[in-house]
Amino acid sequence: MSFQSVPSPSGGLVAVRERRVRTGGIDLCVAELGDPARPTVLLVHGYPDSKEVWSQVAGRLAGRFHVVLYDVRGHGGSTAPKPLRGGFTLEKLTDDFLAVADAVSPHRPVHLVGHDWGSVQGWEFVTVRRTSGRIASFTSMSGPSLDHFGHWIKRRLTRPTPRALGQLLGQGAKSWYVYLLHTPVLPELAWRGPLGRQWPRLLERFEKVPSGRGPQAPGGGTESASGHRPDAYPTASLPDDAAHGAWLYRDNIHARLSRPRADAHAHAPVQLITPTGDAFLSERLYDDLERWVPQLVRRTLPAKHWVPRTRPDQLASWITDFVTAHEPEPETGAERAALGGVAPAGVALGPAEKARRENRARRARDLVASGPYGERFGGQLVLVTGAASGIGRATAFAFAESGARVVAVDRDAEGVARTAEMARLIGAPQAWAETVDVGDEEAMEKLAQKVAAEYGTVDVLVNNAGVGLSGPFLDTTSEDWKRVLDVNLWGVIHGCRIFGGQMAARGEGGHIVNTASAAAYQPSRALPAYSTSKAAVLMLSECLRAELAGQDIGVSVICPGFVNTNITATARFTGVSAEEEKRRRKRTARLYGLRNYPPEKVADAILRAVVRNEAVVPVTPEARGARLLSRLAPRALRAIARVEPPL
Amino acid sequence: MASAVTAEQATELRGFRSVQRLAYECAEAVAARLRPGVTEREAARMQRDWLRARGVRDWFHLPFAWFGDRTAFTGFRIPLQFFPTNRALAEGMPFILDMAPVHGGFTADVGYSGCLGANPLHDKLLADLRAHRELLLREVRERRSLREIYEDVDRLMVRQGYENRHRAYPFGVIAHKIDRVKDRRWSPRVLGFGTQALKGLASDALHGHRDGWSPLWSPYRFSDHPPRPGLWAVEPHLGFRGTGAKFEEILVVTDSRDPAESAFWLDDDLPHVRRWGKGA
Repeated sequence: MSFQSVPSPSGGLVAVRERRVRTGGIDLCVAELGDPARPTVLLVHGYPDSKEVWSQVAGRLAGRFHVVLYDVRGHGGSTAPKPLRGGFTLEKLTDDFLAVADAVSPHRPVHLVGHDWGSVQGWEFVTVRRTSGRIASFTSMSGPSLDHFGHWIKRRLTRPTPRALGQLLGQGAKSWYVYLLHTPVLPELAWRGPLGRQWPRLLERFEKVPSGRGPQAPGGGTESASGHRPDAYPTASLPDDAAHGAWLYRDNIHARLSRPRADAHAHAPVQLITPTGDAFLSERLYDDLERWVPQLVRRTLPAKHWVPRTRPDQLASWITDFVTAHEPEPETGAERAALGGVAPAGVALGPAEKARRENRARRARDLVASGPYGERFGGQLVLVTGAASGIGRATAFAFAESGARVVAVDRDAEGVARTAEMARLIGAPQAWAETVDVGDEEAMEKLAQKVAAEYGTVDVLVNNAGVGLSGPFLDTTSEDWKRVLDVNLWGVIHGCRIFGGQMAARGEGGHIVNTASAAAYQPSRALPAYSTSKAAVLMLSECLRAELAGQDIGVSVICPGFVNTNITATARFTGVSAEEEKRRRKRTARLYGLRNYPPEKVADAILRAVVRNEAVVPVTPEARGARLLSRLAPRALRAIARVEPPL
Repeated sequence: MASAVTAEQATELRGFRSVQRLAYECAEAVAARLRPGVTEREAARMQRDWLRARGVRDWFHLPFAWFGDRTAFTGFRIPLQFFPTNRALAEGMPFILDMAPVHGGFTADVGYSGCLGANPLHDKLLADLRAHRELLLREVRERRSLREIYEDVDRLMVRQGYENRHRAYPFGVIAHKIDRVKDRRWSPRVLGFGTQALKGLASDALHGHRDGWSPLWSPYRFSDHPPRPGLWAVEPHLGFRGTGAKFEEILVVTDSRDPAESAFWLDDDLPHVRRWGKGA
């Protein structure tokens, strides 16, 4: 048994207690972590897996919850039914679930979490009557309800619009392995033969699942007493698990898809986590889900199918939020004793209980923010530099609106505090203000240490801080150059190096956005230093994008153009008197005001760029036009570059 | 309004004050009757009926009501979008009631921001309007150019993180002059604006054009002049990601040399001012 103990995020090992639960002639292998007095979170694995797929998530949850995992019948340490045919029906799997739930949490409903076939089972558990009252919440990832899937297919076949047919064909192509698994004997032979041997390598190569056998990843687990690697995955039992598990498909797929239940409505709140890069399941499968689930919370995750291995931090945080929102507030000891942990039915609610319920309902509502990308950025940590004004502030607000936790960074302490305060008001669960000069490497290092220690690893980094500098090259002193390069270029370099390094070390992907400018590709006699710094940011971002692509870290560079922000009010104009500088500032500010392109639109472009992982994003029409010209007619741009701006 | 406050003017100010109070009373009464499901049209109708029942026959403009993100004029492109729609109020939604009744020949133009239920963001916007009220009065007393004051208000909004939403009003005005209106038995309205009041505004605009001032306090060059004595309905309007808040009340500008008499708010006993008093 390789699941001896699992590493917790704090580095220590969390004790794993194993027990066996007998049900219907099957011996189920059940592992428990954490304090049994806490709410129970029950993790169900998929195919071809065993409960070890959850080791990283379980370790992260064990500090707060009573975490329970079991091997599905025929997998890992559980015995297989005899005969195999007919032994894996969803009805029997429901019996197993109830037996485990009764054994580990007899008095309180459990919080169910399923991945892949574990999620398919979870949907069955949460939609059949006999489990009613035993499930407090269900978190589903990468596994639809077969009944909902059946209806999904029927709907599209009865109204075969081009879009519906496209969706059907798309999912049909993604399900190629399902057809193969229905052939007799061959899958078993393959799994027990070459496929079983190659599987870990295939997972690593195509699914980017970090190998449990290769060199230790930073922050990974340590050797356990038995000599097994605690996070060894896939386990040695894989060939048998996969061979037995083929019956999951053979026993259920045809039966359910051809005759889906009409009453498959969920009786517990559901959190649906959809990996956007899933090679086996289309995102469209969940389009009609509101029909079946009254309390649905959607999340999307840019990842492939095996999220419990590739995104354990994110999953643990979303599961924690969802479970906490659907757990009663901690009651007083006396109340708990009186209730025996179960709310009495049919008893009039006291005001305290009523308030608690309302509170819980509100927390559940607040789980997903109102912003357009609430599903994607909810609970993520976003750091924005230059967040005291302009594009940075608007970006911080846009992320806050999408439910992200925001770290606002700027030199201007007052402005950045204001940004954090307003961010909290519009939906950021948490927001902090940090006063740092991005050009100061030491300060940035310190900031990174503080952020990592107190808030966590940054999921989205927006290097936005920048200063303006205008004037002829021959009038630009080296002091001027230093100032503009320190902020515009070195600020980005420090941010990418320090925070990007943390992202890469965590190994769960992320995104970096750098704000360049249309001046990065539009030369101008008025902005030599500024344009140079921004062109460097553009190229840096492109190179970094290539380097970090393999680690699922996207890099986008934004080229806004003329946007109405106070960069004009603080810009430096070289080669002119202080008075003339003031006049030019005022004049530029007025011109930018007349153009009046709002920074909010740039912020929207930034969020969109992160969601779609876009490489170079010109924002205003003039920025787009210049980008097009730079490719089609660079001489035109050079001609424009000679024009003296009317200041 | 040619000199400092005289006895005659004091009577006149009393008239303006009473109609402004009436309008704010109307706003509070209607706000108290707003429930989830009430539409903007219904809210506008409620204001109109309430004021008609108390003798209002003419209007500077008919009552407006904006709910939800319409309080921040989200997506407004043409002036027709200001008119009340069938948008229904819901729990937690901000709203703005804006009306300009004429009563006994005196005009008021008020804006009342409220919220159905709790909305901390809206509370924050309302609290932040206080700085704007103070800034406006201070700079008018300093006799700064109206255009400059407009830009200072703009800058304060940007510092606070808000958008300037009075820019969406016709000519982007933060304020406009109001005056006495002759009581006529028949006073038709054009697009919601009373013709009598418009006539006054037009004649001011004509005279102002000759003398280098404008009855509209805008960000444009025609407002680049010191505050003109008279009554100004001032309406700074903050917007923040789909939530808007404003107040609108009368600022009295005189040509007195005494700073305190040169400009003052007509009435300091208004709902938003009382609110700040309580919060402080």
